[in-house]
Amino acid sequence: MRRNQVAVVGAAETTELGVIPNMSQIQLHADAALNAIADAGLKLSDIDGFATAVETPQQMAHYLGITPTWVDGTSVGGCSFMLHVRHAAAAIEAGLCKTVLITHAESGKSMIGKQPRFTAPDSLNGQFESPFGVYGPPSMFPIPVLRFMKTHGITHEQLAMVAVVQREWAAKNPRATMKDPITVADVLNSRMIAYPFRLLQCCLVTDGGGALILTSADRAKDFPQKPVYILGTGESVETPMVSQMKTFDSSRAFRVAGPLAFKEAGIAHKDVDHLMIYDAFAHLPLYGLGDLGFMPHEETGKFIADGNTRPGGKLPLNTNGGGLSYMHSGMYGMYALQESVRQMRGIAPAQVPNAKISVCHGVGGMFAASGTIIFTNEK
Amino acid sequence: MAEPARAKPKATPETQHFWDGTKAGELRLQRCDACANVYFPPRPFCPSCASRKVSIFKASGKGKLYSYVINHRPAAPGFTPPYAIAIVELDEGPRMMSNIIDCPQTPEALELDMPLEVAFEALDDKITLPLFRPAKG
Repeated sequence: MRRNQVAVVGAAETTELGVIPNMSQIQLHADAALNAIADAGLKLSDIDGFATAVETPQQMAHYLGITPTWVDGTSVGGCSFMLHVRHAAAAIEAGLCKTVLITHAESGKSMIGKQPRFTAPDSLNGQFESPFGVYGPPSMFPIPVLRFMKTHGITHEQLAMVAVVQREWAAKNPRATMKDPITVADVLNSRMIAYPFRLLQCCLVTDGGGALILTSADRAKDFPQKPVYILGTGESVETPMVSQMKTFDSSRAFRVAGPLAFKEAGIAHKDVDHLMIYDAFAHLPLYGLGDLGFMPHEETGKFIADGNTRPGGKLPLNTNGGGLSYMHSGMYGMYALQESVRQMRGIAPAQVPNAKISVCHGVGGMFAASGTIIFTNEK
Repeated sequence: MAEPARAKPKATPETQHFWDGTKAGELRLQRCDACANVYFPPRPFCPSCASRKVSIFKASGKGKLYSYVINHRPAAPGFTPPYAIAIVELDEGPRMMSNIIDCPQTPEALELDMPLEVAFEALDDKITLPLFRPAKG
């Protein structure tokens, strides 16, 4: 894909984040969509391309009252929206549509109008994982981490520091769910969830949503918001079964998607001003830093523990507080994208001064899928 | 039944041989006749070279502990926390999820790379699960 041909011209989250007992899941989508439409100064009837995940495009297009000529229902977990951005950019460049709306919302906490997840007993997961006691992401996502720690010499204290540093960012963000400072001891003494991970190393469970609007870069300058250009993109999938990853020392999906985006963007790691790595659990930023090529995996734990990713550090990471402290409705990728857009617009609550390039990296499932979007505010 | 039972697998045509094997006290894997790749989970073609010429064979049942979590909460139906969910690397190469029996479910007892051997636990007259225990000797 060519650089900077498509831009984000609308971006918004749901009016409320956290516990939203007065809205169903589809209404949360609509709330985010209407906020993004208003942000872009558009009408819903201007939308001719539409993408969403979990809820189907037909469900949400009908509820919103739009008639798209391009749809994408790619649903590969929490990074689906990174893939939507990539696919939308290609579709806009190919002339299939002009103005794309991407929505995410999940009633993850209140569970209103949300279909329960079900693993069929004759699926591969149902036959070869469910019988052994996996039960939701906390029992599955951390399964690789002990091997990762042994291979790369990562310590429990370093993994605790991931949560500590992200809470420092969250403290600067009025919309963050958890803002009180925490220490390594707080993390290591919090309730055990799935050894080696404790409560403060696991993402929040909240309600909320977000929406993005993309159009061609030549139209973008006529919109009320500062355009945020798509500089590079990447995507991949590996396996829905965490037990069947090729290795636990890294993520193949990350190793494909991340470098693809860097190559497309034509940038080096030193050019990155701002970084988002989807942190459903505390080990993900370490996998991301290594798999995206910022440094060898062996150095990732020390890099974070030494404060390089905290406010004022040389590589600001997860500046909204992340899934650990900001919010996590179930598919956090949309919120990582929202924070990258805010940073590129220069309006983030914890703004990185003069940030020009933002890398936004997402995971889907338990390392099952990955999507990377690189944004810039300079054309 | 008063107690909720653990999730029970249901075989498909492509996996029936595996579940027939565990019922017979064998851990069955597949090997590609063309490229010798040994793979899991079951399918009637090689995921490495796409050959449909593959053979089923009885694995040694030996392996080592590749990684695990000790799940505290929420616990799956039929499990009493804390319990370990383990990834076993078989001597033949493939890895599979399982549980470790005859061993304390603690970080001290569960050492990465410890040798393991398969054990079989019947859930009912159709399904027997492959579990693992610390290898003897």
